[in-house]
Amino acid sequence: MAGQAQAVSKDQLWGGGQSPFGISYGKMMMWYFLVSDALTFGGLLTAYGVIRHGSADLWPVGEQVFEALPGLHGSYPLIYVALMTFILIISSVTMVLAVEAGHRMDKKGVIKWMGYTVVGGFIFLGSQAWEWSHFIHGSGGGFQVNAPITVSAMDEQNQPITMELTGGAWVHMTSDMGHAYEHALEHGDHIEVSNGKLIITPAVHETHGEHGNDAHADAHAAPAVQEFPLEIVLNKYTLDHKDGKDLRKLMVTGAEAEKIMNDMASNTLVFGANLQKNEYAVQQQYANFFFFITGFHGFHVLQGVIINLIIFLMAVRGVFERRGHYEMVEKVGLFWHFVDLVWVFVFTFYYLV
Amino acid sequence: MERDDLIVNDSYSINARHSEEDGVKIRKKLYMVTAILTLVTVFEIFMGVYFKRNGTFTWETIKLLFIVLTLVKAAYIVLIFMHLGDERKNLKYVVLLPYALFILYLIFIGLYEGLSVQHLNNTFR
Repeated sequence: MAGQAQAVSKDQLWGGGQSPFGISYGKMMMWYFLVSDALTFGGLLTAYGVIRHGSADLWPVGEQVFEALPGLHGSYPLIYVALMTFILIISSVTMVLAVEAGHRMDKKGVIKWMGYTVVGGFIFLGSQAWEWSHFIHGSGGGFQVNAPITVSAMDEQNQPITMELTGGAWVHMTSDMGHAYEHALEHGDHIEVSNGKLIITPAVHETHGEHGNDAHADAHAAPAVQEFPLEIVLNKYTLDHKDGKDLRKLMVTGAEAEKIMNDMASNTLVFGANLQKNEYAVQQQYANFFFFITGFHGFHVLQGVIINLIIFLMAVRGVFERRGHYEMVEKVGLFWHFVDLVWVFVFTFYYLV
Repeated sequence: MERDDLIVNDSYSINARHSEEDGVKIRKKLYMVTAILTLVTVFEIFMGVYFKRNGTFTWETIKLLFIVLTLVKAAYIVLIFMHLGDERKNLKYVVLLPYALFILYLIFIGLYEGLSVQHLNNTFR
């Protein structure tokens, strides 16, 4: 630890010949860099706050948007992002243990803890890649209704509730139905809505109509027609309250859902998110800030992992042992803790509040 | 050019060394901070998932609590993990004061601006 507690007179401290801060030039410059970088992130998060605060439309709710786990079906609100936070905190701990080992000139300890830190960084980057891919892919897609309609929905206790949808209101599909719909569109299949079902007839790419009676036709038999129950969700990502009643994630099925499907406004269907449109929010800034803030943070993590890897290799080769101190570990440690620090704020302001 | 991180100078942190016994104590402190950070995060997740958002006093209080807990976590990271708590007072001030000054002003002006934009949106749309 730096802790120079001995009393030094001001004249002596600032009179030259020694560092008034009691730290080396490199470490001081790392601190200055971190202050300026923190202002960049502070500016980004404040800009996000301004847009969110100034929005007249409802902002999506973190625990309703981020509730998926890889390979699992169902609702696990915020669990994945909590896991990412935990991974980053743990890799911050291994980093500070590497610094501590450096202060004891313990080469083996530094190598061990730096190694764990690099691994933790890679795991976080992988988690973020999955998070992005899931965010871009979407959870079923949504669209706007054209004319105002009144539908009967089911709340979470399976109680029927009548909902009036204004023109332009956003509705969403469940992931089962939405993904089937999306893939059918991609393949150019025929999509039909009837009897409360989504009926997908796969596109036939070869013409073999004239062989109708031929045994040949069997080889070209069209793939089976697929049917999916219509499942529309109201207030999937936003919250809504009426008379003290929670109106989130209302399910509309069957004939009522068919009414909504037939009322789809043209060119409003969107799956997932990109820089032009997104299914999560009316405000495109929601997706843009997600990409920019978590992307900029992820870029910092990538830099941190690369720098950590270099320092790890230098420690393995005994560079610091020969130099007589492990201060470089401390400097990159500052950067790595800063990355963790930024994530703590992103986590609060993007996912929790 | 002389590299100051290679100079042996007693006033620099590069010679900050500690013994094995001190290392045990320091590690114990670090594990405790790890436990605190983990517990606070778990608590935040629990609050976020358990309490429904409804714009009432309860939710507003929880939002405020999130921000306070975030600042607590940030303080632990900066003061313990980044060792700023062990540095000289003048370095602490040089890092924290300019940042606090700028960011508080930015947050104030940002929220004020946001409120005004929301007012315009609600009035003229």
